[in-house]
Amino acid sequence: MAEPILEVKDLVKHYPLSQGILFKKQVGAVKAVDGISFDLAKGETLGIVGESGCGKSTLAKVLMNLERATSGQVLFKGEDISKLSGQALKAVRRNIQMVFQDPYTSLNPRMTVGDIIGEPYEIHPEVAPKGDRRKAVQDLLDVVGLNPEYINRYPHQFSGGQRQRIGIARGLALKPEIIICDEPVSALDVSVQAQVINLLEQLQSEFELSYMFIAHDLSIVRHISDRVGVMYLGKMVEIGTDEQIYDNATHPYTQALLSAVPVPDPTARENRERIILSGDIPSPANPPSGCRFRTRCWKAEDRCAEEIPLLAVPSVLEGPAAHESACHFAEVRESAAA
Amino acid sequence: MPDLTEKKTAEEIPAQRGADTAAAKPEKARSLGSDAWHDLRRKPIFVISALLILLLIVIAIAPGLFTSADPRAGDLRLHYLTKPNYSHFFQADWFGYDLQGRSIYARVIYGARASVVVGICVTAGVTILGGITGMLAGYFGGWIDTIISRVTDIFFGIPLLLGALVILNAFTSRTIWSVVFALVALGWTQMTRVMRGSVITVKQADFVTAAKALGAGTSRILWKHILPNALAPVIVVATIALGGYIATEATLSFLGIGLQDPTISWGIDINTAQKVIRTAPYALFFPAGMLSLTVLAFIMLGDAVRDALDPKLR
Repeated sequence: MAEPILEVKDLVKHYPLSQGILFKKQVGAVKAVDGISFDLAKGETLGIVGESGCGKSTLAKVLMNLERATSGQVLFKGEDISKLSGQALKAVRRNIQMVFQDPYTSLNPRMTVGDIIGEPYEIHPEVAPKGDRRKAVQDLLDVVGLNPEYINRYPHQFSGGQRQRIGIARGLALKPEIIICDEPVSALDVSVQAQVINLLEQLQSEFELSYMFIAHDLSIVRHISDRVGVMYLGKMVEIGTDEQIYDNATHPYTQALLSAVPVPDPTARENRERIILSGDIPSPANPPSGCRFRTRCWKAEDRCAEEIPLLAVPSVLEGPAAHESACHFAEVRESAAA
Repeated sequence: MPDLTEKKTAEEIPAQRGADTAAAKPEKARSLGSDAWHDLRRKPIFVISALLILLLIVIAIAPGLFTSADPRAGDLRLHYLTKPNYSHFFQADWFGYDLQGRSIYARVIYGARASVVVGICVTAGVTILGGITGMLAGYFGGWIDTIISRVTDIFFGIPLLLGALVILNAFTSRTIWSVVFALVALGWTQMTRVMRGSVITVKQADFVTAAKALGAGTSRILWKHILPNALAPVIVVATIALGGYIATEATLSFLGIGLQDPTISWGIDINTAQKVIRTAPYALFFPAGMLSLTVLAFIMLGDAVRDALDPKLR
């Protein structure tokens, strides 16, 4: 793997729960992100999957410094950016940008497209001199596949897919090296999803972007990602290349997720075994002891309640299939790979 | 899972770069504001109320255009029993004379100024004061919000008439500005609440997060992103409240604690006219009718503006 552009080390984000009106006392914390580590290489796409409430979006916000990390480090080219503020933070923001989930709320309805895409240049005037801005905005519109003459239109005059392109153009304006996509296509029609995904891939090869791609659609994540990380209740449970995760999943949670992916072939659909998890995701304010997945896991034993499984390459995996998984009983499930 | 390896959803569909370019057709770009204006122009209610308000403003600025009579010149020979001459359009005796023999028509015309000035100035005052405090409370939250909200609650507990009575009694001579001051002091909290709620909704929108992610400062976020999107409900409430402020000024003047002679106000005239209501009902009817018409015009305007600005109808 190439030199990592972004290294995340033991990242933790807890939201304190307090009680009392005048004298607030902390009685606990919602552990939204609880000790996550991963690397992102230049030009790579890392997919992050997991069910609602597992901390994917919080992770994105902490990486963007929209929320302060409780502890841990986010190293951008070796520099810890999680504790920066003021001008230093503003300078780092040029390198990491974000594409949002909902193209209807992520564009200011009172601003023209030209103003929306041009705003990054007003905030960071050093990127484009004043006279060149209009030209720069029109170039960006062209890059994302929109007519540069649309510069004076307002967001409500565009469709969802076009709006998402505007959002992507805004993210590209500062020529960042990393773009964090927080479910960028889940609000779009399937046909439009494909167009936006293709656009993202095209931009990646054109500008050597690194993506962190958060989604819950496993097929899309597989399509776009080089590596995939699976999150459960604030923890990374398994991480590896897409073949390693999709063909040789070792964590029971990953296996359960994969077994729920719709299969278009009816024969294959009948032959496979679906894993149906019982119960709901536990509250992140009071996660289970030991392994967080044990309350819904069919393999759980006493050991799982006592010992927290670490994210490591399990001994049963060898050769190209070897990747990190946080389970005491990690093994490739035969029927899943059938 | 063999199916997944085969399934690359997006690959078959060709890249769409430039696809929108082909579909482009020349169309004039319109902002939400101009869209609202476009809607408003077609509404009869808006047109009627806007024309009425325009007329009122012209009357307030240049009452001399509408009457040559002096509203303060009383001729006791022409007392209130002189019947109005309804065929003398725009003449001094059109609506008859009041107790002191002053032309009711001239007084109705000259009385517009006090109402319009009080209405507009109070609305401007409460919008600015309430808008700023509401924006600070809504955006920053925390202890700033706690302090502003509790102050708002305290002001909300003061009955408007009682509060105005206390404030206005403190002035030795009351002018239009003392009434404006009293109404702004008691009314700003309504706007604070509207603005605060509206700002809280807007600040959670993704475009605000996007601006923060770009590194935008607080002032840019407040001015460019929050304010333009949070203003619509405030404009609506302000337009409707304007009519209410005019009515309140008339009420205060009627009770004798608002404007005083020689200032001409519909409220004062209604007060004097009630003493002769049996013999000269027209002395009450014309100032009261003008007051109702003015209040109605502003409330209708507010309704029409609300319909045009409501994002749910868009």
